Amino acid sequence: MVKIVEKTEIAPNVHSCTVEAPDIARKALPGQFVIIIPDEYSERTPMTISDWDAKKGTVTFIFLEIGASTQKIAELKQGDELYSFTGPLGKPMEIKKFGTVALIGGCYGIGGIYPVARALKQAGNKIICFSEARSKFLLYWNEKLEEVSDEVRYSTVDGSIGFKGHAYDDIEEDLKTGKKFDRIIAIGCTYMMYRVSEASRPFSIETITSMNTVMIDGTGMCGACRLVVEDKTKFACVDGPHFDGHKVDWDIILSRRKAYLDEEIISQER
Amino acid sequence: MREQPPGERIKNYDEVPYGYSPEEAIIEAERCLQCKNPKCIEGCPVEIDIKGFIKFIAEEKFKEGVTLLKEKNILPAICGRVCPQEVQCEIKCIVGIKNEPVAIGRLERFLADWERENIEIEIPAIPKSTGKKVAIVGAGPAGITAAADLVRLGHKVDIFEALHKPGGVLVYGIPEFRLPKAIVFKEIDFLIQMGVRLFTDSVIGMIKSIDELLNEYNAVFLGTGAGLPWFLEVPGENLNGIYSANEYLTRANLMKAYLFPKYKTPIIRGKRVATIGGGNVAMDCARTALRLGAEKSIIVYRRSRNEMPARNEEIHHAEEEGVIFKLLSNPAAFHGDKNNWVNKVECISMKLGEPDDSGRRRPVPIPDANFMLPIDVAVIAIGNSPNPLVPSTTPDIETGKWGNIITDPKTCKTSKLGVFAGGDVATGAATVILAMGAGKIAARGMHNYLMNET
Ligand SMILES: Cc1cc2nc3c(=O)[nH]c(=O)nc-3n(C[C@H](O)[C@H](O)[C@H](O)COP(=O)(O)OP(=O)(O)OC[C@H]3O[C@@H](n4cnc5c(N)ncnc54)[C@H](O)[C@@H]3O)c2cc1C
Ligand SMILES: Cc1cc2nc3c(=O)[nH]c(=O)nc-3n(C[C@H](O)[C@H](O)[C@H](O)COP(=O)(O)OP(=O)(O)OC[C@H]3O[C@@H](n4cnc5c(N)ncnc54)[C@H](O)[C@@H]3O)c2cc1C
Ligand code: SF4
Ligand code: SF4
Ligand code: FES
Repeated sequence: MVKIVEKTEIAPNVHSCTVEAPDIARKALPGQFVIIIPDEYSERTPMTISDWDAKKGTVTFIFLEIGASTQKIAELKQGDELYSFTGPLGKPMEIKKFGTVALIGGCYGIGGIYPVARALKQAGNKIICFSEARSKFLLYWNEKLEEVSDEVRYSTVDGSIGFKGHAYDDIEEDLKTGKKFDRIIAIGCTYMMYRVSEASRPFSIETITSMNTVMIDGTGMCGACRLVVEDKTKFACVDGPHFDGHKVDWDIILSRRKAYLDEEIISQER
Repeated sequence: MREQPPGERIKNYDEVPYGYSPEEAIIEAERCLQCKNPKCIEGCPVEIDIKGFIKFIAEEKFKEGVTLLKEKNILPAICGRVCPQEVQCEIKCIVGIKNEPVAIGRLERFLADWERENIEIEIPAIPKSTGKKVAIVGAGPAGITAAADLVRLGHKVDIFEALHKPGGVLVYGIPEFRLPKAIVFKEIDFLIQMGVRLFTDSVIGMIKSIDELLNEYNAVFLGTGAGLPWFLEVPGENLNGIYSANEYLTRANLMKAYLFPKYKTPIIRGKRVATIGGGNVAMDCARTALRLGAEKSIIVYRRSRNEMPARNEEIHHAEEEGVIFKLLSNPAAFHGDKNNWVNKVECISMKLGEPDDSGRRRPVPIPDANFMLPIDVAVIAIGNSPNPLVPSTTPDIETGKWGNIITDPKTCKTSKLGVFAGGDVATGAATVILAMGAGKIAARGMHNYLMNET
């Protein structure tokens, strides 16, 4: 059980939630995640650690209200408890001096790239963040990202701010016009990460994508999170979640994501 | 023993055998010859005084029976249900030479159930504190047993468990219809009442390293089990609808997908489910599939019935319930529809050749005899190896060829000072009673270490 110390809807359907978890706050590294069970009946739900405060002993994650389990978290208030909260899990993101790093965040990934950008900035990199949403009012953490970046670029599908279209189109234009990045990191929905890695493939820029496969235990026990990287089966929870996007077999991932569609609709209806 | 009829039980998730009534238990106990040289005891890995507890049952002294039983085995309700008795205690029973051996496991289960249902279980007096603290990693049978023995020796014991519930395979793997979870949780409550502290949601190696534990504790026991599922490594294995046994059983048991949608974890309820493998785990998966509504639950196994490693009782239960056995068949590939859902498993027909290292006859493919089996779910139940998480984050712990932690069998010491290990993480996937036996050996080894440590 962990206690919720703060919960805010930071954009429509997007919430930030901060909990008391001192042991995890002490250990967390950029790119790691937690697994949350909001109440006894819910699923084990992986969430990226978007921020933490080792002194206060708190951990923050950002979540989109999608299915039954995330709706359950959304119902909870400050002072309520989450039934189970396990972490930190997964390998941390590689942090060292690369040069210029582009970080692309969409949906929950805007929160996901924040601690990575912060750490890479401290390691001496030039940081360019691409934050994307359908419309301006769905973007969040703009100031926080700006604080840790040399430049933040926005892209919205409706063009209400920044580039009109998707971040992957934006960075593709950059690449085609000769702009150089030493590393690209994308966190967010699978399709976005796939498009980013396809965009950078012709330019051979190492592109790290953070795979959000289905997971259960998060310790390498069940194999639900398996994916294929360079023809080898890997477990996203312990071997990842970050993999070289140019080596990931995207066809398998994109089809595995839809595996529980029917069941998820049922579980929301009850 | 009376059982739920097969046609009924596949519609529910309740336990299959009902257990003995006191009268039935006494009648069974009276079959024991009270041998001068009781061979049965040699067959039990923890050397329970079988002859002794059976005598108490025959005399209707159930309470004394339980006390005697628990001297050697703190989890009799569990072992009585899941021990492979037919190759351990019961195979040695003298009565078995001419007749059915005495049903030692069932009698053991009877006593434990009787105690749980009839008397307030006494918490044993905890001896004076030794001032030593130990950390147990993993709340499976090995960890639970080590914890119980160590707390009774006066040490302060904390258990760290990665999942949100303790019990290890007993809770996430073995289905409710074979081992009701309430029994396991009751045993763990008992430990907590003895003063053991349990920290769930704690993945050691991530939230704390072994070295960090050694700063806080005088010794550490690793009972992290064999939770790394093997796959067949054949084409199509990552199609939708293909599970590892661990995933399938964890969804069904730990996450209670059989109560979906009250519990929110989904599981694909296939009409035609193929389970690949021939061990206990495969039987559990195939029987779970029936209870989840499969019209056909098929075991695909590459050798013949004789080589199947599963317990006879499990194979028999599976057959009774209508599980279909497709023997001498080895999956070569899975095929899917346009949405990447599995719809066929392609198998190679096999025949038996020369015996291999394990003494079982090796299956060899028959050329050009591939066939297709239409399915909509497949479960891969071909084995597990030790969980690499702790060894991979603790480079100074020596591991063997299969990633198993190397230990001294007499003390359960590992290559790292103050760190002990036992159960499936040391032996590879084995049995509950062997894991418990290792927990006992480790507790003794750790006690010696703790009391001589300066
Ligand atoms: C390592 C990791 C880190 C993650 N970090 C975050 C995070 O920080 N914040 C966050 O909100 N989510 C994150 N996710 C995704 C999140 O775990 C799922 O969205 C969540 O499990 C949904 O649970 P649910 O019960 O609410 O929805 P479900 O009922 O399980 O899902 C509803 C429907 O939405 C689809 N769906 C679920 N997630 C996604 C997605 N990410 N993209 C596209 N479709 C999806 C499902 O396939 C399903 O059809 C992460 C996943 C992983 C593996
Ligand atoms: C489906 C199935 C059916 C079986 N049926 C039988 C049977 O009928 N009879 C029989 O005798 N045996 C059976 N077995 C085998 C038996 O269950 C195991 O041999 C036994 O459970 C091993 O006990 P253990 O304590 O070593 O490990 P486990 O029971 O595997 O427990 C290990 C525990 O450690 C935890 N853990 C792992 N890593 C970490 C970490 N880094 N930090 C914290 N915790 C961690 C795990 O979550 C788990 O709870 C079966 C096994 C399976 C899978
Ligand atoms: S613990 Fe297992 S082997 Fe030992 S007596 Fe009981 S059933 Fe037999
Ligand atoms: S060997 Fe069989 S008959 Fe003899 S004491 Fe043991 S259980 Fe009884
Ligand atoms: S989530 Fe179970 S192995 Fe990765």
